[in-house]
Amino acid sequence: MSDATSNQVLTTQDGKPLKAALARALRREKMRSLLLIAPLLIFVLITFVAPIFDMLFRSVENQIVSETIPRTVVALEEWDAETGEAPGEDVYNALLFDFIIAVENKRHTQLGTRLNYEQTGLSSMFRRTGRRVDDFGETYADQFIDLNEAWKEPVTWVTVMASPSWIEAQKAWASNPTGPEPAFELSPAALDVLPATSDLYGAFAQFVQVEENDSPTEEDPWTPIYKALYQDLSANPNAATAFSGEAATLVGQAAAAVPAFETVSVKELFIDADEDWGSAENWAVIKTFAPTYTSGYFLSAADAQLTPTGVEMKPDDEQIYLFLFYRTLLLSIIITISCLLLGYPIAFLLAALPLRYSNLLLILVLLPFWTSLLVRTSAWKVLLQQQGVINDVLVWTGLISDAGRLVMINNQTGTIIAMTHILLPFMILPLYSVMKTISPSYVRAAKSLGANDWTAFWRVYFPQSIPGIGAGAILVFILAIGYYITPELVGGTSGIFISNRIAFHISSSLNWGLAAALGTLLLVAVLLLFVAYDRIVGIDNVKLG
Amino acid sequence: MRKQICFSSGIAAAEVSERSKTKNTYFRFGDTMENSRGAAVKYDSVQKSYDGESLVVKNLNLDIPPGEFLTMLGPSGSGKTTCLMMLAGFEPATHGEIYLNDRPINNVPPHKRGIGMVFQNYALFPHMTVAENLAFPLQVRKVGKAEQQEKVKTALEMVELGAFGNRRPAQLSGGQQQRVAVARALVFDPELVLMDEPLGALDKQLREQMQYEIKHIHENLGVTVVYVTHDQTEALTMSDRVAVFNDGVIQQLSTPDDLYEDPQNSFVAQFIGENNKLNGKVVEVQGEECLVELGDGTKLKADKVNVSSVGDKTTLSLRPERVEFDTHDQMDNLVNGRIEELIYLGDHIRVRMNVAGNSEFIVKVRNRGEKRKLGVGDTVQVGWALNDCKALDAVG
Repeated sequence: MSDATSNQVLTTQDGKPLKAALARALRREKMRSLLLIAPLLIFVLITFVAPIFDMLFRSVENQIVSETIPRTVVALEEWDAETGEAPGEDVYNALLFDFIIAVENKRHTQLGTRLNYEQTGLSSMFRRTGRRVDDFGETYADQFIDLNEAWKEPVTWVTVMASPSWIEAQKAWASNPTGPEPAFELSPAALDVLPATSDLYGAFAQFVQVEENDSPTEEDPWTPIYKALYQDLSANPNAATAFSGEAATLVGQAAAAVPAFETVSVKELFIDADEDWGSAENWAVIKTFAPTYTSGYFLSAADAQLTPTGVEMKPDDEQIYLFLFYRTLLLSIIITISCLLLGYPIAFLLAALPLRYSNLLLILVLLPFWTSLLVRTSAWKVLLQQQGVINDVLVWTGLISDAGRLVMINNQTGTIIAMTHILLPFMILPLYSVMKTISPSYVRAAKSLGANDWTAFWRVYFPQSIPGIGAGAILVFILAIGYYITPELVGGTSGIFISNRIAFHISSSLNWGLAAALGTLLLVAVLLLFVAYDRIVGIDNVKLG
Repeated sequence: MRKQICFSSGIAAAEVSERSKTKNTYFRFGDTMENSRGAAVKYDSVQKSYDGESLVVKNLNLDIPPGEFLTMLGPSGSGKTTCLMMLAGFEPATHGEIYLNDRPINNVPPHKRGIGMVFQNYALFPHMTVAENLAFPLQVRKVGKAEQQEKVKTALEMVELGAFGNRRPAQLSGGQQQRVAVARALVFDPELVLMDEPLGALDKQLREQMQYEIKHIHENLGVTVVYVTHDQTEALTMSDRVAVFNDGVIQQLSTPDDLYEDPQNSFVAQFIGENNKLNGKVVEVQGEECLVELGDGTKLKADKVNVSSVGDKTTLSLRPERVEFDTHDQMDNLVNGRIEELIYLGDHIRVRMNVAGNSEFIVKVRNRGEKRKLGVGDTVQVGWALNDCKALDAVG
């Protein structure tokens, strides 16, 4: 509209808002450009971004405790670690039920490994107990079977525990077995009056059906189920009234006999299997790491630990990661500065030389990229070792004595030398591309205005090359801080980086949570430095070309 | 349909000549010499070669008196910029010596020569503000803070950019950047200022305006200016003297009006202003005059400039505005020609004619609003004076 004023919404000839019309007109363009990047975007998202986030998530994830021993975790809520005494019988009862399920599913060793990160010795405790936990209910099983042979039969248990509809469905299936057996269903009566037994028997039936591909009608129940039944009948002597028929008879008989049963302490059984079960300290660790999410890995990564009383630093002789972070940062800064000092003159020469010479020089700069990283690093081993080329030459020229050969490898010196060499092109290339855009007329102008060579360089050329320095320094620093292979090969023990520890936890100790926490801390450190750099230098002062 | 255009006969050739004469007497360097604080420059048989195989500058001898505005004019590759760079100290002379105020400067590094320079793309330091750019030459000369500020302020006001001291060069327009570059080259009071095609990046209007401004600054300060350009209008507008370069040699060194009125050879005649070429052979020589026979047998009288004897091949040079349609018997040369094309340009009309076998013969007719019609295809008589027709060395 020609008479539209500035405070009116501009519209097209047919009265639609101009902005909407523009957006529609550009949508096609946007879609096209999105389609062009879609393959790469999807590839990166699926193979790179998603796994990274999944990995980082492991640094706080801690479901294994609450998933493996859920009943124990609930029972432990009442327990106060500060009493210094092991928890009561009920916790061990819950642990028994959890443990038998975990053992049958072979998950107790995983939990042991996980808790072993926090407290040494827990792994063997879990493994040792796992071998014996199936016997823990034997006392009760024997007494029930003595009372009535029927308790030995799987079918008896099904009669008591399964819902009538499932029994019928199962019978129908058994006469004509096509497909899998119908999923087990607990009877409402059992659920009502025998809660513990239902809980455990339900887990048993599911395990038999899903894991062993068998039927609960044919498998002997785990002995702790007898313990559960004893527990339920002791608590509810009138349980039989809820049942009917054969089940009512069986349960009634058992309920009447139960008060006379010989009892054993589950707690003692556990302590008998491994005396560490009696330690309040171990139970405190289990309770501390019971929540689904934990800060434990991050605290470990920062040389701290989570105790029942709160966060505290680890003993001095166990602290390692903060120092490694510090060393990684320090060495990365030294490497970045070395690269800058060595790379700046080369880049300057590259930018100043005529094209045919600078091309040749550029090829020489890029030459290392044509060789495998491993080969270059190994070459440095040959050069730097005590019987290596450099020491031999120094001894031969008499600069050092044969006894005084320099130690230049398997320490920080080796890491700095090798990594400076390897990362040098990453400094030279951004510097070169920025310097190439600095017109020689600036330096000429400075000289014509009376500046000598140094002043012209320092006041006119250098400030204009800062974007290249910024880009090169960021590139080299970020590459250095996460470098792994070179420190591993030439760093010895004093020259390794935090990334070597991360690799160790990923591939050797399999403590992925800690590795993820260390990785996250490294990422955060880099991001913080990046933000600091942006504040001080300004990120728009970075030019890669 | 025949093209009909109103035209006025004859351009005021005398007027053009008169105007340039006035300008030159007014601006001639001699006038400003007495109160000048400029430096004298002397090139003494200077030669320059980059590759040792060919000479870019061949035996250059040039005296530039103090306070003069001298322009080195020439096509690209003619050696003019090399001459400037040798003077600035960025290129060493292969042979010969350059003197600044009678002092040989071949071995003086650029920063000790004290020469102000304006570069083609200005070379303003992008990381400094305008004021810092201007203060730079003062800082490196260890001038006191207060004096620095005073001089920067004066210089900025001289180029009418007093309020722009805190801007970055990138925040200025092309013309403003150009002024800053000029101010920076002058702020430390050099006796000699070099300008390397400083107006090349500006649009036409701004370029013309800056020409006058630079000219006025030069008049006011009295510094010596050596100016390099390939734009002949720029050279004619601003200079006291113009050195026309071609092929590493100065073709002609004279005042702008001499350059236009009395070109010494065909290159200068071609390069400066518009020019009609007529190729022929000298058939008769009479003192300073000669008679030239063209290819089709037409005989024309011409000023003998660059030919010596009968039989020499020659190219006649004739300015388009000196040719008249209002012919009369007293004219030295009268020829018939056929009108090929008429181009209306407002203040004048360009008439392309076929004269003596040359179909690129251009006549400029001043537009006086007269009723007389010219039509394409008409055959008309044109004429010109002997002095306007120069017999120069043969080309093409």
